[in-house]
Amino acid sequence: MRAAAFDSELAKAGANVSSRWGAARFLARRYPLGAIGGVIMIVFLLTALLAGVVAPYDPLATNSAHSLAAPGTAHWMGADNFGRDVFSRILHGARISLAVGIGSTALGCFFGVILGLFSGYLGGWVDLLVQRLIDILQALPLLVLALVMAAALGPSIQNTIIAIAIPLIPTVARVIRANTLALRELPFIEAARAVGMGDLRIALSHVLPNTLAPLIVLATAQFGSAILTEAALSFLGLGIPEPFPSWGRMLSESAAEYVRTAPWLVIFPGLAISLVVFGTNLLGDAVRDLLDPRQRT
Amino acid sequence: MTAYLVRRFLLMILTLFGISVIIFVLLRIVPGNIVDILADAAGFVNPAEKARIEAELGLDKPIPVQYAKWIGGLTRGDLGFSYVSEKPALDEILPRIPITARLAAAALVFSILFGVPLGVISAVKQNTSLDYGLRVLSLTGLSMPAFWLGLLILMAFVSLTGTLPIYSAAPKSFIDSLIMYSVPAAAVGFRSSALIMRLTRSSMLEVLRQDFIRTARSKGASEKSVNYHHALRNAVLPVITIIGIEAAFLIGGLIVTETVFNIPGVARFLVEAIRWRDYPIVQNLVMFVALIVVVTNFLVDMAYTALDPRIRYSD
Repeated sequence: MRAAAFDSELAKAGANVSSRWGAARFLARRYPLGAIGGVIMIVFLLTALLAGVVAPYDPLATNSAHSLAAPGTAHWMGADNFGRDVFSRILHGARISLAVGIGSTALGCFFGVILGLFSGYLGGWVDLLVQRLIDILQALPLLVLALVMAAALGPSIQNTIIAIAIPLIPTVARVIRANTLALRELPFIEAARAVGMGDLRIALSHVLPNTLAPLIVLATAQFGSAILTEAALSFLGLGIPEPFPSWGRMLSESAAEYVRTAPWLVIFPGLAISLVVFGTNLLGDAVRDLLDPRQRT
Repeated sequence: MTAYLVRRFLLMILTLFGISVIIFVLLRIVPGNIVDILADAAGFVNPAEKARIEAELGLDKPIPVQYAKWIGGLTRGDLGFSYVSEKPALDEILPRIPITARLAAAALVFSILFGVPLGVISAVKQNTSLDYGLRVLSLTGLSMPAFWLGLLILMAFVSLTGTLPIYSAAPKSFIDSLIMYSVPAAAVGFRSSALIMRLTRSSMLEVLRQDFIRTARSKGASEKSVNYHHALRNAVLPVITIIGIEAAFLIGGLIVTETVFNIPGVARFLVEAIRWRDYPIVQNLVMFVALIVVVTNFLVDMAYTALDPRIRYSD
């Protein structure tokens, strides 16, 4: 949807689009849960950007005197067995979650869009080949494929991003393919072909922009599942390596042991993961309602 | 219909073949095999000795030869030997399957038992505070990592009863074994029930908008009869599809939950085998998982045709 058309839609629904905040206020009233999700995501982004400024301690600095210190004035969320400040580690962990979320989603969407677009637009043997590839990738659960990929690539942030991106490809490719198939038959594509436009140009400049709405909806959902998968991989010791303060990793180090002795080591990192994914889900639902009226409930 | 079945079946075989190739190659491009890991642990290993172990395990042969040997063995029911325990892979995997199967079944029952009714209530009471509450609850379920929920449950048990409900080999009574499975099953199933609840809700709302519901109402059918007799029956179809996808979804939850609760099932075994680069175990387990997912989806497709006579596959 073009910006102007979007504004006029909002105006019809009663929003004051002349003021900069009018549209935002209107959307917030219409999608209160989505607005809460938006606020959570903004806080998450700011945390990731400002972690270095806000964090009271170096997230990697160990201090044996404070080993397993309970939450208090010195350490708001306590300290782990190496005496590292949990609050500072959570703030810095936001950067890792953000990097993995954005990195995996972007990578997965990029390849998914290419596969889906060409398989849907070109059809024939390309479509057949891509379809079989999608079948194969979809027959393995996200976590299982990511686990094997992560083990094959070795532990590092980049490899974790790749390991999570690959299982995301088939979902994107399927949705884009279905959209492309529907778009291909529409008169404006026929018109483009009639004036002698090449296939590649039609696919990129006419079909692709029209698949943007479902892509945005999908990407929001995948952002959350990328963060959850990173947490699970790191929890199992096959994701982000030490000493990076990944939220999943913080829960891994014999977390079940600390359930009895140091519950703050279990509660806070898990709360951080859940809150961010919760924010993504709230925002994602609102975005879906807004961009994809067919799925509106 | 027969042609469709045959085509679906052949595609299933093709998919499984593709997975076997991908997994096999992926595992072998990894830098460092089991021999390297053992050598690291031992400190220094004589290169000749290392080469001897590699030859013994067949790791010195070209990848296509290794692959042919594996697939050849699979067709005869020979899955090779675990590198770590040196026992036949089949003997390592089989005894662990019932444990995971019980847990998965309990989780599935939990998720349907909570997911479907709560989804229906949420749809029937659309836009009330109850609906909002249930929607937030289901979103919470989708946002929490399954292993964290497991840890929270452990924490609650410790503070309430002072005991950890983790797996023990010999449950003393039926109640003990019920708790042993149902607590981790709830941790896995909560997320699935959230998904089922969301889908049931949107599917119910979709059906409630249709003409035959208005017809039923105008004929004087009671609200209860409309909701449960007319609407739910038609709304439940897409929910069955999601249960197929759920099979894949559930396995991810089982992997982390078995780790948290120390349950010696196949899901946790897969992670251990990946860590140890125990190829025979990993490749066979991944194939097993793929087989479950592919067969479940096939069965769901079939159930769909049986349940909705309007759907007939012509092709």
